[in-house]
Amino acid sequence: MTEASSTPRERPVSPHLVTGGLGSPLLWRWHITMWTSILHRVSGVGLYVGGLIVAAWAISLAEGPDAYATFKSLLGSIPGKVLMLGLTGAVFFHLASGVRHLIWDSGRAFDIKSANAGSVVIFAFAVAATLAVWGIASMTGAL
Amino acid sequence: MVSYRTPLGQARGLGSAKHGASHWVAEKVSAIALVPLVIWMVYAVLQLAAGDYGFAVHWIQSPLNATLVVLTLAISFWHMHAGLRVVVEDYIHKTLTKSALLLLNLFVCGLSGALAIFSILKVALGAGVLGA
Repeated sequence: MTEASSTPRERPVSPHLVTGGLGSPLLWRWHITMWTSILHRVSGVGLYVGGLIVAAWAISLAEGPDAYATFKSLLGSIPGKVLMLGLTGAVFFHLASGVRHLIWDSGRAFDIKSANAGSVVIFAFAVAATLAVWGIASMTGAL
Repeated sequence: MVSYRTPLGQARGLGSAKHGASHWVAEKVSAIALVPLVIWMVYAVLQLAAGDYGFAVHWIQSPLNATLVVLTLAISFWHMHAGLRVVVEDYIHKTLTKSALLLLNLFVCGLSGALAIFSILKVALGAGVLGA
């Protein structure tokens, strides 16, 4: 009560994006859970294309040796391999993130700590599994 | 069971369509099924990428491989349709555009899924003259 004459403490600015006045650092920042949320959808759309490629594989197999050879040479080209590398990453990311969604559906691991830790695990799994598969592919002559 | 809906609301057909949960459950069930199937599929692609046409034909003529490929394809295309449907419904709000994209999604998944499964069956049930 005795401090009624002191200056009022700084109020939050609206829209609440910056820590202080103009030119001050952004208060808003990326969280790892935003990345996993967005990438789950992006990888899902990417795998839609992957599904169409699997369908093209089946159709080329039914067409015969020439169509199959064309299909394999397309995927074996540099752009084809880049696409397949991306799709491998998308498969493992969407798989791990999808399993986390199933865990969330059971009502578990909803707290911020678990959500952050789970996101790190998902990224680590996606990178490790992609590297492992491409390592195996290079050793077995699949590349 | 007493209905608390107003007569006007009932006449306009507003409210739940009574099948929202089934869409959600179907997407989740397909997701659970795809966990083992996709891991197997990665293993399968590693084998197929190292082999030629003859190997692929021989591989697909194994009943276990043919069955698992057909299951993976059917459930994947179902899951793809359900997933992209949500994406369209989230971002596209113009009725005509939304309807067109939802139909396109359904037709693309239906056509490519049917083509892929029929192709697998054709090779799997073929005499194997061309293959190994």
